[in-house]
Amino acid sequence: MKAEFDIPVITHYPQTPAIQVDAMVHSQPFVAKPDHQEPLGFPGELVEDWHDKAIDKMGELLGKYRSLQVFMDACVKCGACTDKCHYYLGTADPKNMPVARQDLMRKVYRRYFTFAGKHFPKLVGAADLTEEVLDDWYKYYHQCSECRRCSVYCPYGIDTAEITMAGREILASVGIGQKYSNEIIGKVFKIGNNLGLPEPALLDTLEGLEEEVKEDTDVDVRFPVDQKGADVLLVTPSADFFAEPHVDGLIGYAKVFHQAGISWTLSSHASEAANFGLFIGSQGNMQRVAMRIREAALELGVKRIVVGECGHAWRVAYSYWNTLIGPFDFLDPDYPAPQHICESTYDLIQQGALKFNKEENDDKVVTFHDSCNVSRASRMGTMPGGQFVIPRALIKASCNHFFDMRQETIHEGTFCCGGGGGLLTDDLVELRVKGALPRMQALHEVIEEHEVTHMAAICAICKSQFTKVLPYYDLGMDMIISVHQLVGDALELGVER
Amino acid sequence: MPAYPSPRVASKIYVLVSRLKGVAVSVVSYLYAALFYLATAILIVGVGRRILLYSRTPAPLKIPTTPAPTTTPGVVARMFREVVFFESLFKSNKWTWLFGWAFHFGLLLALLRHLRYFTDPVWSWVAFIQSAGVYAGYAMVFGLVGLWIRRLAVDRVRYISAPSDHLMLALILGIAGSGLLMKFVWHTDVVALKTYMLGLMSLQIKQLPSDPMLLIHLALVICLMIIFPISKLLHAPGLFFSPTRNQADNPRERRHMPSNAG
Ligand code: SF4
Ligand code: SF4
Repeated sequence: MKAEFDIPVITHYPQTPAIQVDAMVHSQPFVAKPDHQEPLGFPGELVEDWHDKAIDKMGELLGKYRSLQVFMDACVKCGACTDKCHYYLGTADPKNMPVARQDLMRKVYRRYFTFAGKHFPKLVGAADLTEEVLDDWYKYYHQCSECRRCSVYCPYGIDTAEITMAGREILASVGIGQKYSNEIIGKVFKIGNNLGLPEPALLDTLEGLEEEVKEDTDVDVRFPVDQKGADVLLVTPSADFFAEPHVDGLIGYAKVFHQAGISWTLSSHASEAANFGLFIGSQGNMQRVAMRIREAALELGVKRIVVGECGHAWRVAYSYWNTLIGPFDFLDPDYPAPQHICESTYDLIQQGALKFNKEENDDKVVTFHDSCNVSRASRMGTMPGGQFVIPRALIKASCNHFFDMRQETIHEGTFCCGGGGGLLTDDLVELRVKGALPRMQALHEVIEEHEVTHMAAICAICKSQFTKVLPYYDLGMDMIISVHQLVGDALELGVER
Repeated sequence: MPAYPSPRVASKIYVLVSRLKGVAVSVVSYLYAALFYLATAILIVGVGRRILLYSRTPAPLKIPTTPAPTTTPGVVARMFREVVFFESLFKSNKWTWLFGWAFHFGLLLALLRHLRYFTDPVWSWVAFIQSAGVYAGYAMVFGLVGLWIRRLAVDRVRYISAPSDHLMLALILGIAGSGLLMKFVWHTDVVALKTYMLGLMSLQIKQLPSDPMLLIHLALVICLMIIFPISKLLHAPGLFFSPTRNQADNPRERRHMPSNAG
């Protein structure tokens, strides 16, 4: 694949590069236009008194988030996190080392909010908030996918994602938002999903899927929308409705529900699980996006809410919904609220409600990419780490050939796909390709060792990102598949349960 | 008003002055006493205010780094492993872990060893660890030198280091080094020192031995106490307030509201 930039080389062993100052200083996403900013409650363009406004906002956030306040103080610059970020490993830009990314804000924090920084700025590396600093913030807070890998390895649990979110929120609040994320949030408010897919188009697509499955399997698998009184409301990323390989996952969910005899429905009001309010660090927008789901669940009178394959959406659902849009006392207490589609399918398998013909997937040798938000910001099942066990259990139930990637690159140490956190946009392709290096490296190893042919994932962003970047590493874009595609393909439909 | 003090007052002044002369407490003793009181006040008030700030700042959302314990006892165990074994650092980098752990546990042991200057009679377990305490000094120096070499030699760590990061290492290394030098080269009168320290604790100023190495050692310690609440040494209280480590992973089971933010 040709590119305007150097594609990183996969080496025999993973390597930590020597720092190259300013290697990615040219990388930044398009800035939001007034149309993208204002519906979210942000000023349309850079405000005149941006300096004071930004410092005020920083003070406000320091008082609002204990994480930010503690993280600003606690870092000892031990360097343990410096080689943990996929963007550093892929770009060698030192400002992509987690601690250096934090320091972009910390130096301003020290200058305006600490005794040492006010009186001895040089000594403690404090600096005024200048236009250059603001510029750096915009660039490097959009070279962080908020994946939390650094927080696993920091002795104080400092989570750079929290600082990136605060940075983005300050920027947006003085008028410098990111076009990609803010435009999408606007679409959710206006139309109900990230893609701006209106209801008739959605109905059309789902009808098409019913026909497709009927043709393939000769079974009437339904894809219901707005079905009042259904037991389950399925909330899934809108990419599942038409993007490849996502849609095969959606077909998988539908087959499972069908075979288990569960009545379910999608909602046209809440036709989107994704919640980019998380990415821009705006709790208000995150709550507003999430609220549609509560409304839909009440409106349709469902007993359960199940969330489709999407990493950050699962984080928001699992970790925040109860706080932001709970309590869920109107749902069936026998099921976790919300429940992940993998948890739901896993329980059905445990109950013996599903039968599989694994040979259907014998053409594949599969590995699994743990998505960051599922791995490090949420859980599945009742045990810590269930988020690693359950998706693998689904894969193993539906195919014969499964191999994990190297230990440091999976589970809690998993590497981000390179496109998370609101960076899945074409204006950041170089960053996305370079940031995918550590995952590509680990994937390459299992291809060499076990002839792996497919990598399964449970995140819409991961799936889109890999579809885009795999070819840059001379790998087929169709290597990436949905876990529920494997499940759906191997599931025996119509047989006695 | 009488032109000179009455005989009763005069005799009192005489007694006081002669007592002072008898003890002959040096200016340095007073100076160090003043500094110690000041530094202690700054340390306690400064860190106390910080802890208050951390505990008052809400944690509006659940953000434990998962997999995380689902129960409070589980969280206590996680924090214990973090504080005692530096679990996350161990996962991260074995060299930094080795140097960091050697330093911190050397420091802990050294601090405990120094309790003998503040207790009378000396608690038995403090007496018991006295001999091990010497190795603590070595461990500290070993750890600090290792950390400093890493800070200078690894390009990534050098990049993130401010002058204060180097100075902090110099300061603590100075404390450990001067302590070891007193132990092995330039001894000081530890009995007099203990009398001075016990005196400070009961608000009496006694004579401080005037050995230069001791004065250096104490001056550096006073510096450290003063900068503690305005420096990265806040990582010590900070760790206990880090939401990614101290929250239980139970958002579905228990509705997390800022009012019960923990
Ligand atoms: S690991 Fe934590 S304490 Fe160490 S440099 Fe990174 S953020 Fe700072
Ligand atoms: S959160 Fe992820 S992308 Fe951001 S600095 Fe940490 S490791 Fe890098």
